[in-house]
Amino acid sequence: MKSYLKSPLSLLVAAGMILSGTVRTWATEAPREVVITAKRFEFSPKQITLKKGETVTLKLTSEDVTHGFFVRPLKIDTEIVPGKTTEVTITPQATGKFTTICDHFCGVGHGNMMMTIVVEE
Amino acid sequence: MKPSFNRRSFMKVAGASIGVGALYRIVPTWGAGKEGQEMGRLLGKANGESVSPFSFVQLSDTHVGFNGPPDPLGTKAFELAVEKVNQLPEKPELVLFTGDLTHDSENPEEHANRMRLFQKISSRLNVAKIKHVPGEHDAGLDGGKLYREFFGDTSYSFDHRGIHFIALDNVSRAKPEVGEEQRIWLKKDVARFSKTSPIVVFTHRPLFDLKPEWEWFTSDGDEVMNVLAPFENVTVLYGHIHRQNTQRLGNAAHYAARSLIFAFPDPESGSEKKPIPYDKDQPFKNLGIRQITGKQDQVPSSVSLSINDVELSVREFAGTAGIQQFSKKGVSL
Repeated sequence: MKSYLKSPLSLLVAAGMILSGTVRTWATEAPREVVITAKRFEFSPKQITLKKGETVTLKLTSEDVTHGFFVRPLKIDTEIVPGKTTEVTITPQATGKFTTICDHFCGVGHGNMMMTIVVEE
Repeated sequence: MKPSFNRRSFMKVAGASIGVGALYRIVPTWGAGKEGQEMGRLLGKANGESVSPFSFVQLSDTHVGFNGPPDPLGTKAFELAVEKVNQLPEKPELVLFTGDLTHDSENPEEHANRMRLFQKISSRLNVAKIKHVPGEHDAGLDGGKLYREFFGDTSYSFDHRGIHFIALDNVSRAKPEVGEEQRIWLKKDVARFSKTSPIVVFTHRPLFDLKPEWEWFTSDGDEVMNVLAPFENVTVLYGHIHRQNTQRLGNAAHYAARSLIFAFPDPESGSEKKPIPYDKDQPFKNLGIRQITGKQDQVPSSVSLSINDVELSVREFAGTAGIQQFSKKGVSL
């Protein structure tokens, strides 16, 4: 083992492995970002489409009051506070149409504030 | 045959919808035989007060202030409900309102007016004890501040004829949750009771996942029910879903009362979450009659009981069409 590491060739190979590893990291793409805006009593857009297994970052903002963003099958339960961006990164593992609701009471139309997240193959 | 007494079945809750909520009769089922009487005595000793028969009414989702296409009659169903309760041949000792007493308003003064109107109508109830919990339309926007001014605490407990009643607030934190502070309080509140004590929880949202994507759930409902899990006789009454529902989960039976404003469809029907449209020819349809009865033939003569005796049988009243039809048929409860 020692003699192997002392070999100039092996050092070169090792350096190459490290370098290739670094290059791989650089080559990893940042998750796709999807922007969703909430305001009483709707989300915009009303529907987004994701791919199964694809990592996506949802960037959530509110134009007025605090809203909720809840979709049990995708294990998302967060708040959208006005003045800041809430980021949620997910990698959906199942296909389907998932109803997403505001679960932070925001007024008379709260009960119908929802959108759909579609996950396709 | 020697009767076998099952402690779990010592209390029978028979609910009868009157088209306006639900009437519950509390009937101890140990009425016959020495063993039953002895069990009643022991339970009474353990629980502080022996359960004795009485009835109470649950009313829900009056939404005072709502006036729109799904229900242009506003408070009419609520007012009729009050009349019907006052006409009951078996006078209830208690009325529980399970939230959404009012429809919310952006204007606090207008919301206060709606609470005053609720109180004015409910004050016509010829009932000694009236208790409330808030719904999200009462307390979701201001954390329950206005509600407390009118109705007091959003969570509390009291005893009535040997039954321990617990009001739980799962709306004023804006999210569908009870919250840690209230769960700690609940644990302390029930600590003094034996596991056979009858407990009735009344709250607004279901304490289980009935339909999360319609916000028909309480996020920490499992934790609440875990606190109550050691108790063998737990009844949970709730509203929010504007339709009747019955579920038995573990030791607890969960019952939703119909609303006194528009109804929602059956979520299992594939429908969207939209109020069932108003029918001018049958204005109280879907707020209407569905009678729930306990197994009356076994009350109170038998003490040969099993857990099945606590379950309710549900049968739809023939030609369900609401309060008007109810009145026409002259059905007495």
